[in-house]
Amino acid sequence: MTKANIAFYWASSCGGCEIAVLDINEKILDVIEKANILMWPVAMDTKYEDLKKMKDKSIDVCFFNGAIRTSENEELAKILREKSKILVAFGSCAHEGCIPALANLFNKKLIFDRAYKETETTMNNEDTLPQTSFMTKEGEVHIPEFYDTVKTLDQVVDVDYYLPGCPPTPNIVEDAFNKFLSGDLPPKGTVMAPVKALCDECPRKKKDKMIDTIYRVYEKEADPEKCFLDQGIICMGPATRSGCGHQCIKGNMPCTGCFGKTPEVTDQGAKMISALASVLAVEKELELDEKKVEDLISKIKDPVGTFYRYSLASSFIKRKVIK
Amino acid sequence: MENYEPKIIAFLCKWCTYAGADLAGVSRLKFSPNAIPIRVMCSGRVDPSFILDAFSKGADGVLVGGCHPGDCHYAQGNYKTLRRVKLLKALIKEMGLEEERLRLEWISASEGNKFKEVVNDMTIKLKELGPSPLKKEE
Repeated sequence: MTKANIAFYWASSCGGCEIAVLDINEKILDVIEKANILMWPVAMDTKYEDLKKMKDKSIDVCFFNGAIRTSENEELAKILREKSKILVAFGSCAHEGCIPALANLFNKKLIFDRAYKETETTMNNEDTLPQTSFMTKEGEVHIPEFYDTVKTLDQVVDVDYYLPGCPPTPNIVEDAFNKFLSGDLPPKGTVMAPVKALCDECPRKKKDKMIDTIYRVYEKEADPEKCFLDQGIICMGPATRSGCGHQCIKGNMPCTGCFGKTPEVTDQGAKMISALASVLAVEKELELDEKKVEDLISKIKDPVGTFYRYSLASSFIKRKVIK
Repeated sequence: MENYEPKIIAFLCKWCTYAGADLAGVSRLKFSPNAIPIRVMCSGRVDPSFILDAFSKGADGVLVGGCHPGDCHYAQGNYKTLRRVKLLKALIKEMGLEEERLRLEWISASEGNKFKEVVNDMTIKLKELGPSPLKKEE
């Protein structure tokens, strides 16, 4: 039996997804038995030149994690698309933008100014900023261009499958490996996780929702038996795909939405706003005038960071308008 | 920019505001033609996705029209709309859009004149703001 060729790559990510491959523990040995790993930046030293010399479609499955933030990310996405039969957006960054995409609330200039000039520990009297090319004694040096806007993988190249999560949980990863290595493939474009919302698998006790105040996580110790929303703590469960095994919920922390939107939904944050508005002191409508509703809503300090923590790059508006 | 005519997507509830707009029409009131009405069963039917989708496709403004508090045909729909619009205003402000581009008004079936005034007023304000910045990117 010929072994399948698989590859991993990290673009703009924290590196966690590269490690998440190992969360399947000793089952990685079964994967190695059936597959050659051609590229895996966190563990192996594969040169880009070697990758470029490979024949087109010589990689059977490429697991691409990370968002597209620099010209290097984009170039590698395009090369790996050419070299791979199946390209998988692995993890929330490649799938929906994730934390790197929150930088879409700024642009290149604002980010560089903060990182290279304004941070309290930076001494940069000459206002030196990274350049895409510069001369040294040894010759001209090139570094990748930093884009204004972070994109998802499928906004740059064609993507076959998606694995959600920050990072994808072991059950999701194992299931995907089994499907790819056995050739039992779902339809193109499938997000390889259950289709229902997280609330469906959440074991907490839920009652008719009526929230008349909103707490941030640190302001209140949550009762581990009761639904977070019933306790006034914003939990993204109603608008988030299940399949993670409700790990955060078990740790008495609300869902922040890393598995992304459920199928048929375009914008995860909009759905959460819709769900939250339906339970926000609606039963007290006669006592609450517009001002009081505004006061209540003003307790959500960062609407984008709350509702779009993982999905800003794939939302309707995608980035902040900066004039 | 002198010829700029703002495009307003107006989600109007069937029971009140749409009927109010109809009254403005049959009363032959003259007002700005900038609002494109979309009839919905209730202002509570207006999913935040509709509003964000309209903005992302270049709408200069979005108007949501519902029944006055207490008058909703479905009892609570307009209260939910109020909360949705307030949350969305906070959101679009953080995304760099002017919150005046999104407007919620309670207009009853007998208030044809109010519909006229709201559309006129919104058109003037949007002209002052200029075209939606999301339109320019396309």
